[in-house]
Amino acid sequence: MFKADIAISVKGLEKSYKKLKVLKGINLTIKKGSIFALLGANGAGKTTTVKILTTLLKPDKGSVQICGLDILSQADKVRGAISLTGQYAAVDEVMTGKENLRMIGKLRHLSDVNSRADELLSRFELTDAADRRVAAYSGGMRRRLDLAMSLLGDPSVIFLDEPTTGLDPQSRIAMWKIIKELSRSGITVFLTTQYLDEADQLADQIAILNDGKIVAEGTAAELKKLLPHGHIELKFNDGKLLQAVRDLLKEYSSSQDIQNSTLSVVTDGSIKQITDILNKLEKQGIPVAEFSQKLPTLEEVFLAIIGENKEKEAI
Amino acid sequence: MAMLSKVKNNISDTMVMTGRVLNYTLRSVDTIITVVAMPVLMMLMFVYVFGGSMNTGSIKYVNYVVPGIVLMCILSGIAYTAVRLNNDVTKGIFERFHSMPIAKSAILGGHVLTSVLFNSFSTVVILVFGFVMGFRAGAGIAGWLLAAVILLIFTLAMTWTAVMFGLLASNAEGAGVFSYILLILLFISSAFAPTQTMPPAVRIFAENQPMTPIIEAVRSLLLGGSAGNNAITAILWCLGILIVTYIASVGIYKRKAA
Repeated sequence: MFKADIAISVKGLEKSYKKLKVLKGINLTIKKGSIFALLGANGAGKTTTVKILTTLLKPDKGSVQICGLDILSQADKVRGAISLTGQYAAVDEVMTGKENLRMIGKLRHLSDVNSRADELLSRFELTDAADRRVAAYSGGMRRRLDLAMSLLGDPSVIFLDEPTTGLDPQSRIAMWKIIKELSRSGITVFLTTQYLDEADQLADQIAILNDGKIVAEGTAAELKKLLPHGHIELKFNDGKLLQAVRDLLKEYSSSQDIQNSTLSVVTDGSIKQITDILNKLEKQGIPVAEFSQKLPTLEEVFLAIIGENKEKEAI
Repeated sequence: MAMLSKVKNNISDTMVMTGRVLNYTLRSVDTIITVVAMPVLMMLMFVYVFGGSMNTGSIKYVNYVVPGIVLMCILSGIAYTAVRLNNDVTKGIFERFHSMPIAKSAILGGHVLTSVLFNSFSTVVILVFGFVMGFRAGAGIAGWLLAAVILLIFTLAMTWTAVMFGLLASNAEGAGVFSYILLILLFISSAFAPTQTMPPAVRIFAENQPMTPIIEAVRSLLLGGSAGNNAITAILWCLGILIVTYIASVGIYKRKAA
């Protein structure tokens, strides 16, 4: 990757709180204009990473550059290039939506505060609520206002710390749409999430953070390939056939769901194995009602990777 | 030039932040009631209910009690400073500001300036109500000025105490609790009754804690007398508290904001 194409570069990042080591050497390279998801369970170190990258915390070791600017020696310039939307919607309740935007605009020393505020209010469907106090806003509206406030300074990189935690499904989908639009307009999005479907839906690149280390990194598809065991599902009209089929395919490991007369057979995903299974059934004259191939979900990958890590630690 | 524009930005940021916190104060009915209406009600009660049986010598009771009511008003005012600041700390608002290219001093500065402005305003309101109830100051310009200076330093010292507790408390409920202790100090002083009638132990405490010299100094200045040693003691107490709480607050703030 050319240096000019890199939005965020993190090398050997370490951070401890007193004796507790939270980050144990993190390396990341994030391309300009992409959506990057840092995936991890609670306490994995996601928020600490975001705080360091947004100049709120100083790292113990390692270097971080945002758009080529060093977060320690050029902190103020970094702050000019980024925006942070934290875990809480950091909006002022007693002020109206428009007043909130105006305040941030003034703090960013923008010359056209009013027109920019109006433009963002309409973009985030808040025009009708613009003159109402934020105390009366719903959770989804607050998040949208929060994001609008973050965009006032025209940031190159935007950090979203768990942007959909606590939102209802509808607001969540609306937020996803907004995040995708941000990325389309050229902004680099760095988001943290504990939801796998969110990372799967949004991110161009995903890194799984576990216990202060990046344990896997890649696109959603690449991560799914890390689990070689895809499986196929065979559904039969007659549930009594299940046992016979299992005997027939005894070289494959399988599990049965008697209620739905469905058998899950683990394969390596190759055409050869799938053909072999179907041929065997055909020869015995066993009719298959439904056939489907299941790729591993990101959730399976996540659990498998984190599980492996735990085992290693135990040794 | 860069220096000048930095100073300009710094002032402009502080103004915006002050406007923000002032909005919180003026739009909250709750704050106005607690900080302004409550002391006025207390003043009514002290003057018309207890006042008759208080022996304040040659001084009319309303003249005696006004400085105490003013301090009470300031002490309830700064409790809100602590609560509002704590809200900003715990609700991620400071993080948003810290991740922006704005003057760091503006963030606490906005809270401090608001506190001073709002407390000055409520002090004037109390004095006006006092006047309606018969309070008459015999002070000349010099007396008023010196009383105002003492009250201002007192407000600053109490504001930074509030900032310290606001930064330290883990939630808004806890942030304002310290002001109750200060209010108790005020009640065990010469604010509402002369110390002479107190039992010896209470009296020694009352006469040697900061509230009494502040009250005595402001009272004698407003009534046209000279404050004497009380003014010096009052100013020294306030400056001492101000320096300690300022250094502590800035230290805590720096640690919290990396």
